[in-house]
Amino acid sequence: MRRVSTTCLLAALWLGVMLLPGHGARADAFADLASPQLGAVTAAISTLAASPDPQAGVALQALGERNLFAAPDGSVYIRHGESYVEARTGQPQASVPEGLKPIRLNNRIRTALAGVQAGRDLLAPQPATRLRAADALYARHDPAMLPLVEHALAVEKDAAVRTRLTEVRAATILGQPPAPDALASRLEAVRALGAVGGAQARGILAGVAGSDAEAPALRHEAQAAVSRIDWHLRAWGVAQNAFYGLSYGSVLLLAATGLAITFGVMGVINMAHGEMMMIGAYVTWMVQQAIRATVPALEPVAILVAIPVAFVVCGALGIVIERGLIRFLYGRPLETLLATWGLSLILQQAVRSIFGPTNIAVQTPGWLSGSVAVGGMDITLNRLAILVFAGLVLGGLMLVLRHTPLGLQMRAVTQNRRMAALMGIRTPRVDALAFGLGAGLAGLAGVAVSQIDNVSPNLGQSYIIDSFMVVVFGGVGNLWGTLAAALALGMGGKVLEPAIGAVSAKIAVLVLVILYIQRHPRGMFPVRGRGVES
Amino acid sequence: MNPFSTHAPRSLRGVIWMAAAVVAAAGGLAVASLLPEGNPLHASAFVVSLAGKYLSYAMLALAVDLVWGFAGILTLGHAAFFALGGYAMGMYLMREIGARGVYGNADLPDFMIFLSWKNLPWYWWGSEHFAWAAVLVVAVPGLLAGVFGWLAFRSRVSGVYLSIITQALTYALMLAFFQNGLGFGGNNGLTDFKDILGADLHAPLTRAVLLLVTGLLLAASLLAARFVVGSRFGSLLVAVRDAESRTRFLGYRPEQAKLLVWVFSAMIAGVGGALYVTQVGIINPGEFAPANSIESVIWVAVGGRGTLCGAVLGAILVNMGKTLFTAWLPEFWLYGLGLLFICTTLFLPNGLMGLWRHARKAPPEEVTPEVADTQGEEA
Repeated sequence: MRRVSTTCLLAALWLGVMLLPGHGARADAFADLASPQLGAVTAAISTLAASPDPQAGVALQALGERNLFAAPDGSVYIRHGESYVEARTGQPQASVPEGLKPIRLNNRIRTALAGVQAGRDLLAPQPATRLRAADALYARHDPAMLPLVEHALAVEKDAAVRTRLTEVRAATILGQPPAPDALASRLEAVRALGAVGGAQARGILAGVAGSDAEAPALRHEAQAAVSRIDWHLRAWGVAQNAFYGLSYGSVLLLAATGLAITFGVMGVINMAHGEMMMIGAYVTWMVQQAIRATVPALEPVAILVAIPVAFVVCGALGIVIERGLIRFLYGRPLETLLATWGLSLILQQAVRSIFGPTNIAVQTPGWLSGSVAVGGMDITLNRLAILVFAGLVLGGLMLVLRHTPLGLQMRAVTQNRRMAALMGIRTPRVDALAFGLGAGLAGLAGVAVSQIDNVSPNLGQSYIIDSFMVVVFGGVGNLWGTLAAALALGMGGKVLEPAIGAVSAKIAVLVLVILYIQRHPRGMFPVRGRGVES
Repeated sequence: MNPFSTHAPRSLRGVIWMAAAVVAAAGGLAVASLLPEGNPLHASAFVVSLAGKYLSYAMLALAVDLVWGFAGILTLGHAAFFALGGYAMGMYLMREIGARGVYGNADLPDFMIFLSWKNLPWYWWGSEHFAWAAVLVVAVPGLLAGVFGWLAFRSRVSGVYLSIITQALTYALMLAFFQNGLGFGGNNGLTDFKDILGADLHAPLTRAVLLLVTGLLLAASLLAARFVVGSRFGSLLVAVRDAESRTRFLGYRPEQAKLLVWVFSAMIAGVGGALYVTQVGIINPGEFAPANSIESVIWVAVGGRGTLCGAVLGAILVNMGKTLFTAWLPEFWLYGLGLLFICTTLFLPNGLMGLWRHARKAPPEEVTPEVADTQGEEA
């Protein structure tokens, strides 16, 4: 109700502002729509747009739909199907004059009509519509719209629309040619734009700062605003990159923790680790399909169901692999590497045979889609969720390692296998469980990756080398090392990326890690002590 | 116990036999390819180029066996040296095309004109000379191996760590060569070659000669490798492999021994890559893929690690198997390759050569127990 009364008020005010010439002008305006001069037509459109007469709106709409016709005598008619009404009065006409022609549209007239529409939308009840209208006006810089914008600004309550309208107002003022008497309002507009910030405002301000026609004070002010905005944009850019880096680092962390555990406990590099991730992602897909087929209501939380399922499936597979393959290669880490590589080829091909070589579509539930804007950066929800998930997994793993008998035994075997065996720890069992745990963690990583990456049989290959880098960079047997390495590699790549490009950044990170390993052959956090095996 | 024995099959006689067999096979095929089309012994151009490919891969396998079998360095990046040798030769072959390219520019290869470059990058200097290309074929892989090995061995990076960073090396090179800006043709690599030393690369005679040259160079590398591992230096390598710390404590410099054999091995791989390019007709960044390097390790494992002959045999047999498999049952090649990896490591730790020796009832040589190695190091 309130919005309607505001609209009425505005319509009255508008009348006061723009229709001072009165009824006569309006009468001419209808005839002017048919004028051969473009200027007269656009002026007529502006006049009619501001008119409270309902017939004016109908006429403008008809013009937009090419249903407005002009007679040689200057009278204007609206066509309704086969019949015509007089545009000014809305009276149905039994007959129309000879030589009736449709009023032609061209780009300028269309633009003018769009502006009229924007003016109406500016006072619409929905904030989204108002925002869209403001966006449309922003691009046009139409000085005729200025009073309307100022009025809308005065009554606007929504913060986002207000910001946009402020921009529109300032941009419109600055869009007019500079005049000596307008300096104050232009200065104010520059300040307003500077306060709003953003890339578009920067563009306008840079234009002012670079224009010779502007007053020096204004140019100076605009220049200052440009550098302020630049600084802001750069700071937010850095923050955005840091988030990307953090996000990629968390994916690496998820992918590498399992690898680090098996490497730490058994001294074995599991080349099939990436395939465990891939299987985790496929398990996610299967869980989603199963839930959709049985209990569609639970579909949004299918991803949560997939987490334990993927862990158990991959963990069990890991234990089978350890019992069936790895234990026969005990004490031959390099041969284990080759055998697990062979295994990875078989797993890839098996998945390819069963599910086909193409990507499968893992759904992202609604509550993980979209993004939130924080200041000048976009936080995508799925990446944020992965960040949190990685933190939870790491925390959970720490708890397992510190506060469970298995964790104690795993740490003991990592530090000194022989001594642990002498103390009565069944090292083969620890090996099997550690391998299962590592594979299960890879399954969890697969669930996470299925939300941000293509799920295909090749999924594992794209993560395995980066995960290796994390493990050797971080050092074995220390989860903090893995954490630090994952974040360092993730951030390092993304920080370098804007400067030298994505691929070069990746190469640079690889080379840096290779060089780092020369200085610290056992990574950032090496295990020390006499029990360390080579 | 170290499952790998080093002796009987790398006996000088065995290596000479192998070298002779390689030359004879290459020569026989070369002659057969020159026979007229209708002759039952005629070898098609396809077979000749396949044979050339296998023999080039055998050089790569030989290089891998030198470092893995005798110095205990499991390299997962040797295909990088192979590909670098290939690119060095490819540059020369590109320049040989001259004005016959699509754009008809006598100086610039087509892909550079496509990138609207005006001049050759500095590292293409001299690439129009075959002699310079031949130098680059061994110098570039040797130099990279020298720098990498000097850094890695000096700081005692070993075992799985070394394997992983060799893999990172070839991965980084692959990413780099995929970039157009590097000046090596990006994605497409170097291809569409016409001539080598003025001889048409597609002519049967040229191909026959190239195959024969490949066979001869493989045989020469085999003998050279046998000379290296049979020398006192070779004994030092084996000592380093089996007990690096002990060797160091005895006053030797394991890192120098490793570096020498590493660079030598990279050069052999480079020559293999150069021969590969001339006969296969293309080199692209895919050759740097880490999977290729790992495959070359399995050739050695299949043939028998630390036997030299086994590497050559393994490379040829596995690649023949791949050709046949991918023609008959393309779906199943990866299963086959995967099983090959697993079964070889599980059941054939000494490879085919070990099997052969077993069949001849030759008792395995006494090998050094590995206990000392795993306990004594880096304490």
